[in-house]
Amino acid sequence: MKKIHIILLILVAASIAVLVSFLQTTTTYDTVDTAKSKPGKFVHLMAKWDKSEPLLYDAIKNPNYLEFTAVDSLGQKIPVVYHNPKPENFELSEKLVMKGKYEDGKFMCQNIQTKCPSKYKDQDPSKHPGNIEKKETSYTLPEKVGGQIATAK
Amino acid sequence: MVYAGEHLLPGQIGHFFVLLSLVASLVAAFAYYKTVRSQNTGERKGWLKLARLSFFTDCFSVFTIFFMLVYMMFNHMFEYKYVWQHSSLSLEPKYILSAIWEGQEGSTLLWTIWHCVLGLIFIAREKKWEAPVMSVVSFAQFFLATMIVGIYIFDVKIGSNPFVLLRESGVFDNAPAMHLDFDLTKAIRPDYLTMVTDGNDLNPLLQNYWMVIHPPFLFLGFASTIIPFAFAMAGLWTKDIGGWIKRAIPWTLFSIAILGLGIMMGAKWAYESLNFGGYWAWDPVENASLVPWMIMVSGLHTMIIYKNTGYSLRSTYIFLALSFIFIVYSTFLTKSGVLGESSVHAFADIGMNGQLFLFMIVFVWLTPFMAATTDKQRITIAAVTAALSLATYFLAEVIPGFPLYVIIAGVITYIVLMNRQVPAVKKEESASSREFWMFIGSLVFFLSAMIIIVQTSLPVFNKLFDINTAPGENSEFKYNQIQVLVAIIVGVLTAISQYFRYKHTPKEYLLKKLALPTFISAIIATFILVVVKINFDKHGIGFLINIWIALVAAVYAVVANAMYMFGSLKGNMKNSGGSIAHLGFGLLLVGILLSSGKKEVLSINTSGIPVNFGPDSKEVTGENLTLVRGLPMKMGPYKVTYVGDSAHPKKQQTYFKIDFNSEKESFTLEPNAFINYKGNMEMMANPDAKHYWDHDVFTYVSALQNPTKIADTTKFEMNTKAVGDTIYYSKGYMILEKLVGKDNLPVAGFAKTDTGYTASVKVQQMNGSSYQSDLLMIRGAGRKLFQSEDTVFSQNLVLTLNDIKNGNAEIGVKESADITPWLTLKAYKFPYINLLWLGVILTVIGSLIAMWKRIEVSRLKNV
Repeated sequence: MKKIHIILLILVAASIAVLVSFLQTTTTYDTVDTAKSKPGKFVHLMAKWDKSEPLLYDAIKNPNYLEFTAVDSLGQKIPVVYHNPKPENFELSEKLVMKGKYEDGKFMCQNIQTKCPSKYKDQDPSKHPGNIEKKETSYTLPEKVGGQIATAK
Repeated sequence: MVYAGEHLLPGQIGHFFVLLSLVASLVAAFAYYKTVRSQNTGERKGWLKLARLSFFTDCFSVFTIFFMLVYMMFNHMFEYKYVWQHSSLSLEPKYILSAIWEGQEGSTLLWTIWHCVLGLIFIAREKKWEAPVMSVVSFAQFFLATMIVGIYIFDVKIGSNPFVLLRESGVFDNAPAMHLDFDLTKAIRPDYLTMVTDGNDLNPLLQNYWMVIHPPFLFLGFASTIIPFAFAMAGLWTKDIGGWIKRAIPWTLFSIAILGLGIMMGAKWAYESLNFGGYWAWDPVENASLVPWMIMVSGLHTMIIYKNTGYSLRSTYIFLALSFIFIVYSTFLTKSGVLGESSVHAFADIGMNGQLFLFMIVFVWLTPFMAATTDKQRITIAAVTAALSLATYFLAEVIPGFPLYVIIAGVITYIVLMNRQVPAVKKEESASSREFWMFIGSLVFFLSAMIIIVQTSLPVFNKLFDINTAPGENSEFKYNQIQVLVAIIVGVLTAISQYFRYKHTPKEYLLKKLALPTFISAIIATFILVVVKINFDKHGIGFLINIWIALVAAVYAVVANAMYMFGSLKGNMKNSGGSIAHLGFGLLLVGILLSSGKKEVLSINTSGIPVNFGPDSKEVTGENLTLVRGLPMKMGPYKVTYVGDSAHPKKQQTYFKIDFNSEKESFTLEPNAFINYKGNMEMMANPDAKHYWDHDVFTYVSALQNPTKIADTTKFEMNTKAVGDTIYYSKGYMILEKLVGKDNLPVAGFAKTDTGYTASVKVQQMNGSSYQSDLLMIRGAGRKLFQSEDTVFSQNLVLTLNDIKNGNAEIGVKESADITPWLTLKAYKFPYINLLWLGVILTVIGSLIAMWKRIEVSRLKNV
């Protein structure tokens, strides 16, 4: 056997070992019930924001504390705590992939990925952020803040 | 029915050329195939003529399709779905192109355009290899054309047509207003276009100059990978097993340079304009294009080994084939929607999964088809491919993993057939030879790519085997943990390999040559580790030590290649392409290790908040900091102040002015955000950064006051005070310093008898700053005519002068958190990030110099 073949075998074996150990560190996608059933274990919770429940975020008090209720496709609810501001597209999202652990009755979330209704899919134009049925939208921020700047000291 | 205002001609022209390109590319592929197979010259010439004509027709069609899309976008023809979906009236003209490649159809088109450009250059330059290579290219063109054809065959939708009309696209299916009598079952109203007043616009996050230039480079890189692949196929097919290598090396270098540049442009874009706080996130979409690049780099090195020593030809065949197959796989990953849960920026499924997968099956099985030696084998393979494609369609969900087995079977068949044709050198490489170490490096690089792609493919495995796996807790670390080891090996090999000679290197010679670079590297690396320091201990000391070793290896790669260039090559630029590219690669590694290892979050929230954390908050520190306007906060070495903001004149985009002051420097950053864009009540933030040669300060807005939710319910509390009296509030007190009444106001609209009163109030924060507030009230004929409110934002105070009674002022005081303009920031310091970008540029330039050199050498030989 050539030296190079021996090295090849060793490297391939090492790669396989690496991948096997990687596969053992994988986690699962879970619903609220299954996430609750494994407290303290890192999971990917698939749910969406329940807009009927209050959302707690006060950036003046603490910009790194967001608490809201998530509801999964089976209708199960769970309070979620996230030590960051609201992620982008949070309001628009139709699904949240939340990485974290269930602890003390709450889902302690480390990372949220928002999934938006795709702009590549055909959808009801009346729900489109664009128009067709032209909506009158007003953008209050610039004027309002501008006004405040004018009077501020 | 006739619909008012529609322009049907551009779409008809466009779709005609889509169909023409489909037919022309298939004819070109077949005619080139026949050209290769023709025995006599006359027949060959005929087929070649037809092949070229068809390919030129294909090119003309593709350019026309592109032109029609630009034309429709430019003229805002919203009757076309693609135009409506990706552009708007307010879209700046410079983003018209971005709007075209925002969608799947446009990005596919961009790919085919580059195939055409490369194909035309190839026809002009490579006479000998034209027919077999262009046969493969045209075949790929055919498959890409099917992606945008948009026709139905037995209810199966083939491709997605960019020229489909809005009213025929299904968008109106749920919009009663668009139908006659508001009845969904009835036809579309003839005047529907009067209601389609504007398009959906390009995603504001993509309205960025990087979106103009990054996709063309990336897709040129994508398209260019087919040339080395097709060369390898041509070699097997024409049985000129090794003759193509020399011609293919410059094309491979080009591909590596451009694909690498395209990938890193994406990284720069992510770094500059997106806010995940970095340039690389091991996102599946990023990995999917990195992996073919890495395999291509391995392939280049084995090609060079073969050219110089005759070794490694089989590996070359494997690498070049896999490189292109993984390009097709990456297209599958990004466009099929399979990454839905795991990637931030993949396209969604538009119902082309099957077609994309077929593209992959066919190109995987094309490799054994080309490697086959007899027509019987070829027919068998073609039949097997057809059978397996059908079988996949029906069995994918019945037999777990079936599609994967089809792919693996194809690759194995290729390797078996290829091995029969390609001879292997019996004699063993010497461990003291350059080829030995180059091969080890290529192999490590290749295996590392394989590890990355398996890690990336978890969502695919979920689909294949109907299982439920998700990435682990530290998914990025899982990549870094392994790749840091790869960096160590590759770094050292990059440093030393050039000092080896082919075949055999005398030990004394090697030690003598390597001594100085090793010594200098050791000094520089020690300096970096001791003075600059990397203390990234988040993942334990073991990982940190690996980072240190990798840094030493990367520095070694830089120093050794720089010295090789100026020593052994005597600084001759033309011959130094390889050294420059390797030096750049080393710098890239140093930049990655330093910038990631020393990245700092500046906006750590420790004590700065003016109000205590809520009682139920467990929060001690966080990575976001809220700034109240006008109130400086401490952030790392800086005092940071939110000064104000300004709105973009045309878009719903607001720029926030943030001052950074430290003892050494002061500068202003203006991160911006789209707010309520198209009325969707969201904020989309873009970062801003201050660049220094050795670090960047990078910040973006992570939360904003919601302007529509400011509901100020607090009431004024009235205090009747004489001049000199004190009013207390929660954070301090205020003194009424002056009260003046004045008639004859020099302001239009007031009578002479009207009286204006001004009260001057000094607000004193407890052991802090003081603020001056002047309140105005105008009274006439017993009525209040005007009353000002003054806000002291930093104190959450609103003051007003309500009344004057017997020389005393009635001052209204309101304390409310809601009135304070604030924003929440996240800020990072990225040290030495410029090394990374410089490394990329040098790698690209080095590869291009090497390409140039090879082209020149082969030109001289041909003369």
